[in-house]
Amino acid sequence: MSLRVMKKEEGYEFLEGVKRDYRVIAPVAENGFFVFKPLEEVKEVVFDYSIAIYPVKNFLLPPYEDYLKFKRAEVPQVEVLSEEVPQTVLFGMRPCDLNSLSLLDDAFLGDPLDMLYKKRRDNFVFIVMDCMAPCDEFSFCKDMGTLNAEKGFDILVTKVNDLYFFKPGSDKGASLIQKYGKGKEASSEEESLLKKAYEEREKNFFKKLKMDKNELPKVLWKGYDSPFWEEVAKKCLSCGSCNLVCPTCYCFDVRDKVEINLKEGVRFRTWDGCMLVDFAKVAGGENFRPTTVQRLRHRFLRKGKYLLDRYGKVGCVGCGRCTRHCLVKINPVEVYNGVYNRI
Amino acid sequence: MDLAYKPKLAKILEVKELTAREKLFTLRLENGEPLNHQPGQFVEVSVFGVGECPISICSSPTRGPEFQMCVRAIGNVTNAIHQLKPGDYVGIRGPYGRGFPVEEAKGQDLLLAAGGLGMAPLRSFIQYLMDRRSDYGEITILYGSREPKEILFKDEIDLMKSIGQCYLTVDRGDETWQGHVGVITTLCPIVKVNPQRTIAITVGPPVMYKFILKEFFNMGIPEDRIYVDLERHMKCGVGKCGHCQINGLYVCKEGPVFKYTEIKELPEAI
Repeated sequence: MSLRVMKKEEGYEFLEGVKRDYRVIAPVAENGFFVFKPLEEVKEVVFDYSIAIYPVKNFLLPPYEDYLKFKRAEVPQVEVLSEEVPQTVLFGMRPCDLNSLSLLDDAFLGDPLDMLYKKRRDNFVFIVMDCMAPCDEFSFCKDMGTLNAEKGFDILVTKVNDLYFFKPGSDKGASLIQKYGKGKEASSEEESLLKKAYEEREKNFFKKLKMDKNELPKVLWKGYDSPFWEEVAKKCLSCGSCNLVCPTCYCFDVRDKVEINLKEGVRFRTWDGCMLVDFAKVAGGENFRPTTVQRLRHRFLRKGKYLLDRYGKVGCVGCGRCTRHCLVKINPVEVYNGVYNRI
Repeated sequence: MDLAYKPKLAKILEVKELTAREKLFTLRLENGEPLNHQPGQFVEVSVFGVGECPISICSSPTRGPEFQMCVRAIGNVTNAIHQLKPGDYVGIRGPYGRGFPVEEAKGQDLLLAAGGLGMAPLRSFIQYLMDRRSDYGEITILYGSREPKEILFKDEIDLMKSIGQCYLTVDRGDETWQGHVGVITTLCPIVKVNPQRTIAITVGPPVMYKFILKEFFNMGIPEDRIYVDLERHMKCGVGKCGHCQINGLYVCKEGPVFKYTEIKELPEAI
């Protein structure tokens, strides 16, 4: 499939065209940060943004999702709510965001299939904006192997100088470029410009972990009882911000809400977080992870071992959101290295 | 394709008060089909407007399309379940999880140890053993309760005795109690088993496991012949919501019944 080159203005025109037929979600500036939002105006999009506060899970696994409607009658009536998901183009997600999707897929497309997730995912087109330099000091994508968008994208956009290269990754992406694309096919000079930019990019990213990501399960298991966890937990407020902004934290709770007439209501699922004190509590009163250190260790082991053991992929994409938004700046790089140093 | 989280309706046919805290509910799916469960599996029970919670099935699949749940009124949903009467409906998802080793235990002796409400899931297997008695060897049942008035399925104890040895104990006796007094482990010295032929299974409150396991080891029962039925908050029942994890295991999928050797290295298990 061929490579299309657009100038920034042409990129906006491309999005203008796409927006006529799709809902477009893209990074916009808000209160000094960047967030993914459904676009009102194409000009709101910040092409050269760093990284969004929230991950893209918000759109595939919404914070609140009603899925059953019921009537409390002599024989209760239960109905699945199926909200229409508009055809959506998610523009500008980073390669780490793309890599996080494959972890959501493992959980929600695996047996039994989660139709709520699948329904949304099927109606999404993913346009990834490549990273040519680290977003800030918190990311560690190079360690996690998530710097590159290798598969799963529909279009990969790479910026070199003032040119935006649009590379299709699927038929869907190709036809989107075909239909709405501006600019022109990349010349061979431009292609070599792109190649060179990728070569030069290598020096912008460096590894921060003292071990390979695939060694994490072994390191973490060996360091399970390390007093180091206590040191980290002393700082931790157990607030769950890390769960909230993590692209691969998908644990959820299920609750009912009833109308004031007490006759009808809905069942919804909502995000839950393993850092919150009640997460592993059962009705009898037993809490299987009552202390911060137990919850904190569980979270890091889930990312660095349990999901890797189960699905063959590290449960962390190195986006750095957890640290960026942690009030006390607990940093996975420091945690993993800290455990490594003590074993 | 249907949504995996949509419950089926089940009608309550009978409600029986077992103790001050526990009631026994007999149900049948509205479509008349059997639940098709294995002893030791659980279901997610809905009281619409209140919520959903995991409850173990306490009857054997050999007993026809009806199934039973012994419910302790302890949380939001279980308290709401206790308000229900025959003719009322609940939602049911499942059965879920891996139950007791009914196949592996064939031809073997069985040592079953239940503490408190642990008798509820274990009863599904005990009933199964009654109905398939000739498939199994010697059966020994140990059952510990806190007080005589908390003993579940009192009127079935004689039936349990009819398939093997059945020893009861209470932590604290009362004026009517003439049986053994002491925690469940104090029954173990009385019990004679052939450790190499025995499969030992235990279900009880979290605090019980490490003590009863020690007794099993003392009896010489090999680790890979011991099973534990573990409780966690199985919220979704299908390995997605994350609540029931014991280290890397999902209790709702890989459990709730585990071979001891599967969990012995997991610090969060026992």
